[in-house]
Amino acid sequence: MINNTVVELSRWQFASTALYHFLFVPLTLGLTVFLAALETVYVVTGKPIYREMTQFWGKLLLINFALGVATGLTMEFEFGTNWSFYSGFVGDIFGAPLAIEGLMAFFMESTMIGLMIFGWDRLSRGQHLIVTYMVALGSNLSALWILVANGFMQDPQGAIFNPVTMRMELQSFSALIFSHDAQAKFVHTSIAGYVTAAIFVAGVSAFYLLKKRHLEIAKRSFRMATIFGVLSTIGVITLGDALGFIGAHAQPAKIAAMEAMWETEPAPAPFNLAAWPNQAKQENTWALQIPYLLTPLLTHTLDTKIPGIAEIEADNALRIKNGIPAVEALKLLSANPTDPVAMAQFKAHEKDLGYGFLVARYAPDQDVSKATEADIAQAAKDTIPDVFAIYWVFRIMVAFAFLMLAFFVFGVIYSLRNEVEKHPVFLRFALWMIPVPFLACEMGWITAELGRQPWTVYNLLPTWMSASSHSVSYMVFSLVGFVSLYTVFIVIEMYLMVRAIKQGPDAPHGADAGGHGHDKTLGGSVLSGGYAPVHAKTYLNEQSSKEV
Amino acid sequence: MELYLGLKILWWLLLGVLLLGLAVMVGMDMGVGALLRIIGKTDLERRSMLNAIGPHWDGNQVWFILGGGAIFAAFPLIYATAFSGLYVVMLLLLWSMIMRPLAFEYRSKIPTAQWRNIADWVFLISGALPMIIYGAAMGNMLQGVPFHFDWDLRSYYTGSFISLFNPFAILAGLLSLALAMYMGAAMMVIKTEGALAARARAAGSVAVGVAIVLFAVGGVWVSQMSGYVLTHSVDPALAQTPLTQTVAQVAGGLIANYQAQPILWGVPAVGFFGMIAGFLMLRVHRAGLAWWLGILAWAGVLGATAISLFPFLMPSSTNPSQSLTIWNSISSQTTLLWMTGFTAVFVPLILWYTSWAFYVMRGKVDARKIEQDPHAY
Repeated sequence: MINNTVVELSRWQFASTALYHFLFVPLTLGLTVFLAALETVYVVTGKPIYREMTQFWGKLLLINFALGVATGLTMEFEFGTNWSFYSGFVGDIFGAPLAIEGLMAFFMESTMIGLMIFGWDRLSRGQHLIVTYMVALGSNLSALWILVANGFMQDPQGAIFNPVTMRMELQSFSALIFSHDAQAKFVHTSIAGYVTAAIFVAGVSAFYLLKKRHLEIAKRSFRMATIFGVLSTIGVITLGDALGFIGAHAQPAKIAAMEAMWETEPAPAPFNLAAWPNQAKQENTWALQIPYLLTPLLTHTLDTKIPGIAEIEADNALRIKNGIPAVEALKLLSANPTDPVAMAQFKAHEKDLGYGFLVARYAPDQDVSKATEADIAQAAKDTIPDVFAIYWVFRIMVAFAFLMLAFFVFGVIYSLRNEVEKHPVFLRFALWMIPVPFLACEMGWITAELGRQPWTVYNLLPTWMSASSHSVSYMVFSLVGFVSLYTVFIVIEMYLMVRAIKQGPDAPHGADAGGHGHDKTLGGSVLSGGYAPVHAKTYLNEQSSKEV
Repeated sequence: MELYLGLKILWWLLLGVLLLGLAVMVGMDMGVGALLRIIGKTDLERRSMLNAIGPHWDGNQVWFILGGGAIFAAFPLIYATAFSGLYVVMLLLLWSMIMRPLAFEYRSKIPTAQWRNIADWVFLISGALPMIIYGAAMGNMLQGVPFHFDWDLRSYYTGSFISLFNPFAILAGLLSLALAMYMGAAMMVIKTEGALAARARAAGSVAVGVAIVLFAVGGVWVSQMSGYVLTHSVDPALAQTPLTQTVAQVAGGLIANYQAQPILWGVPAVGFFGMIAGFLMLRVHRAGLAWWLGILAWAGVLGATAISLFPFLMPSSTNPSQSLTIWNSISSQTTLLWMTGFTAVFVPLILWYTSWAFYVMRGKVDARKIEQDPHAY
């Protein structure tokens, strides 16, 4: 028997550890690419300041990277520890991209990052540049494979259920990796990382500009970051649009929830600019609508029908009914995989197997063959995710994206006119922008994954079935453990990050005045390769600030 | 031989290769962590130890991640059943593992003695505990684990957390820790100088000595334990679940494969050879050779375990007929084919650039540089 509390706790644990992990991932994705760009400039121009910039932003990357790696370990194991039914059910497909991620991407990234940090005086300029490229390539390939895995959960392509082994099995590897959802989401997510890094670099540079420290590094970093940011934000918005377009086909319930569309409207449907969805009554308490806008926005046509929630729910009730015989046949096949009658029944209802599973949660004794009409109606209601949460989380994410675009555009203009320092209010605003991309990334994931409910694998495997059969006390134990550990981690991480930012770029020849005797001896002899201090005078105003 | 059966056996061997890579590369770093407080007497000595593996620990750790990922991809039912069944143990393993990257990155960035002391304890725990759990998990596999399946392959673990730390599992855990400390010590002899290197040599000799004794005791113990045999099963070349076979428990079952094929005794013998020759090489100041012999030692220990269990991977002690074997827990042929392709390309590539990274960073750690380098651990 499946325990609802255990399923809920497992969901909370996975959601919180995954969202926590993703606080660190986007910055790594973007900063590694940014570092590769900086170091390219260094190698091409030979100007030591770009090497100093590479090393400084590299130092901040490493603080962030450590937690990204640590919390990523959790993700690799949590499928097995907490979602064991899921893992057995789709491991044949889902495990492969995770393993390939390790083989192809993460190994390279992790091996090379050691050389990137410690290899400055052991590698030639060209070799070191290649190492940095490998780190950036590795982190981005890593995102590719993870999102191929996630794409399978959103829109399972290239797999088929095998009643003999009672699991999903891989049919077409190319269909799996070239799934539109996976590809669009990969680009959307990695570019979101570039936006994050751009805001981070611009924000930290703004801090130095306000404090009138490290001006050379700060101005150059600010300019590169804002230009990088404008391009990336445009990319993120474009790909977000593409994802909506793809989702309209693969996950109509998610799209209807994102747009709070309860009834199927005649095309072209109106767009709910703002609304107050009420799930119990299946209506919007109020809505601010723009007529005709939704259809072209979502489908890029004027006449494609977009199904509303009521229609989706009614269709799903039929699919649940059709899926119940598939589950019953599967039970017979489990004891005797060669039973021809059961196999015929299974084949006839196979396409709705996942919907048959859905009703187990409400059926007496969790046995689908005992399900009543009321149970089926209840299960059909479940096929609609939380409209209010998805509608608003999605909207705030989009608003953040446009806010960042505006910020970058102003940043580029000020920077190209060489007048950034004349806009202290803007610079202060840049500091406040630092949390925004992180929040936007989290909201993107909440939209994607909450919108995927009630499925772990869309249309195939209900979330409710996917969790491991633990006791509640085990779940409490692990949740308490994660919360305590992760809280300690973030405190230490923030402390070190803020401290490293306040210290600023490494001072050649011991000019760093970070305030700790230990650090005063940091020498240029090892790292700086003997170039002259470029801007020793900018190390004057070392007073720490409360703003970061 | 049929393609699918061949792939099943190939992936059983590759699983061994991955577990060996994990034991060797992660184990070495874990061993250094466990030895940190024991042989590193001053802060600078400890920093020398950390910086000796500093440029490589991140890459090495990926063997652990890859181990998890490959089991997921190639043996999904093992991944699902073992990771959820051994829940508390896996969490302890995970938590101690995730404290390690932080201890590495953050230890030397804060100069107070108190902070570094805490970090050094973290290294001890995050080094010793995962290796004990690694070995204890293998020990439990040999004995069988209390779990069973529902009709839909939902697994239930019915044992307690404490029962996973039974005497045999603890012995296996200590063996794994001893080998890890030996590998770590050998690397410290290679990478450091003076009194620290001498202490590392002594510690490595003790560790491998302990490992020899534990492996011998464990071997005798295993020969007395009962094992599992398939009494009725589907053709190994066919796709199947653990719901369509019968399994019996028999005395001496864990040495049955050795009795059937006496040449297999060579595998544990290779393990003993690696340990004894490694001990001798450490004594005659050939630490590099000693490190390489450590790989043989690990290969012998892991190989002996795998042969004892074959064709089982994770027997069930409470419902033996639902035991997980190579045949019934493995992925589909298509997945195995793709995974074989990727492995054939990328594992050699990984070994190549890992060697290159070690080559670039070759030579002894320079303690003076550590004090000057702001990036140093």
